[in-house]
Amino acid sequence: MGVGIKVEQLNAWFGKTQALHDITMDVPANHATAIIGPSGCGKSTYVRCLNRMHETVPDARATGRVRMGEVDVYNGSSAVQIRRGIGMVFQKPNPFPTMSIYDNVAAGLKLNGFRDRRRLDEIVERSLKLSALWDEVKDNLRKKSGASLSGGQQQRLCIARALAVQPQVLLMDEPCSALDPISTGKIEELIFQLKEDFTIVIVTHNMQQASRVAEFTGFFLLGRLIEFDRTEKIFTTPSDKRTEDYITGRFG
Amino acid sequence: MPNAHNSGFALAPVSLRRRGINALMSLSAGLAVVLVLLPLGAIFAYLVYKGIGSLNWAFLTQTPKPVGEPGGGMANAIAGSALILLIASSMGVPIGIGAGIYLAEYGRNRLGDLIRFTADVLNGVPSIVVGIVAYSIVVLSQGHFSALAGGVALAIMMIPTITRATEEMLLLVPQAIREAAYGLGVSRWRTTLSITLRTASSGVITGVMLAFARVAGETAPLLFTAFGNQYWNWKINQPTAALSLQVFTYAISPFDEWHRQAWAGALILIILIVLAVSAVRIAASRGMLKGTS
Repeated sequence: MGVGIKVEQLNAWFGKTQALHDITMDVPANHATAIIGPSGCGKSTYVRCLNRMHETVPDARATGRVRMGEVDVYNGSSAVQIRRGIGMVFQKPNPFPTMSIYDNVAAGLKLNGFRDRRRLDEIVERSLKLSALWDEVKDNLRKKSGASLSGGQQQRLCIARALAVQPQVLLMDEPCSALDPISTGKIEELIFQLKEDFTIVIVTHNMQQASRVAEFTGFFLLGRLIEFDRTEKIFTTPSDKRTEDYITGRFG
Repeated sequence: MPNAHNSGFALAPVSLRRRGINALMSLSAGLAVVLVLLPLGAIFAYLVYKGIGSLNWAFLTQTPKPVGEPGGGMANAIAGSALILLIASSMGVPIGIGAGIYLAEYGRNRLGDLIRFTADVLNGVPSIVVGIVAYSIVVLSQGHFSALAGGVALAIMMIPTITRATEEMLLLVPQAIREAAYGLGVSRWRTTLSITLRTASSGVITGVMLAFARVAGETAPLLFTAFGNQYWNWKINQPTAALSLQVFTYAISPFDEWHRQAWAGALILIILIVLAVSAVRIAASRGMLKGTS
């Protein structure tokens, strides 16, 4: 089951440049929440703060409170532990090039010391089925390298890899921006199914995509959260003028 | 086709001048390849021509005979070279790779710049000077020449090459690959060893083999460290023969028989280096070295 994410007064910096200003947002459990906004508005930085990936960039830091279910993300737990409970899918598919398809999916568990081979086989199969890749790769699991798949397949492989560590939250940073419409469609269908088990936060440049997959949408502008509401409200009767300007294509 | 925009669908005819320049450039590039390969081929051919006559089973299995006695071989020198190179690699490879990892993953600071500069300078230090350093550190403190001292000298020469090669290969691994591992909750050191280093492994191995091949033929740093030995020796704290030393000693001697043996020794040295490098390459391509190095 997914857990909700409570974000309070989140601020993030790259060196001296402030990238996020006082973000407060309640991400509901077992729903998809879309983050939209023009380039450079802090969308990616925002999701990277949720699993403390932000701080892996030199000179980057963040302050504020993020609660993931019962867990306080920024207090009392190590970043590595936090990231194990949160799956992340990146903009560009990034399978490990030296590993087979199987090893890619199993990587998160294996590298953290999981040794039970039978369980591993089950988890790899289940994750690949969840990400709708199983039928396309089941005959070459250990022979083919993850890098030999097509772009759309690689991205589904990366989703399977993220699901294999059994996270409660799945963060997706523009997961379809490098994909063709058919692969995009497959991944959107996938998001629909995954909502039953996970809480999903998806950054997207594509407003149609936001309205298709997400129940809630947050609009970011210049590092601030302008509006956060049910998706149909954002796209039909936004309460802020700037949101309306953006979704009607007046800027951005 | 880039031209299509300017000239509709018809391609502009390629001018004679352009074709001429193209041919000239292709020719000079090909010529450069020949010039690079020519010395290598010439050296090897000449070694075979001069050395093959003295190459026989006795040469590979016997120790040197005293002056005047015919026959004898360099078996102890082959073993000695192997021993010294083993010692050198067991010190130089881990230190070099470790330093390379530091530079690539943590070294964007003053200390990193200092290490980089030091490694580059060390790379340019004449090998005889490295020999003197190993002499003063190991030989003087032990009181006698040894395989260990030779190994230390060669290790010092391997380290900068391996360090810089490892650093460059690790920096070629895209940041996205590291982030994928961090995103799975893999700790930084595990990511470095199991993901980044593994992704870069073929390049790192090339760097290691380059360093290995370079020091395998070194003579100067062994002159007053390993020193040479006419007899078998397997102890790391005893003077030890080495192929390069033996070739050097025989080559400057006044005896024709020794000259012939020196040629054979040089031939064997090159063959063994090629064999060692190929063996590691084959092992690497079959995935036998792909574990966490």
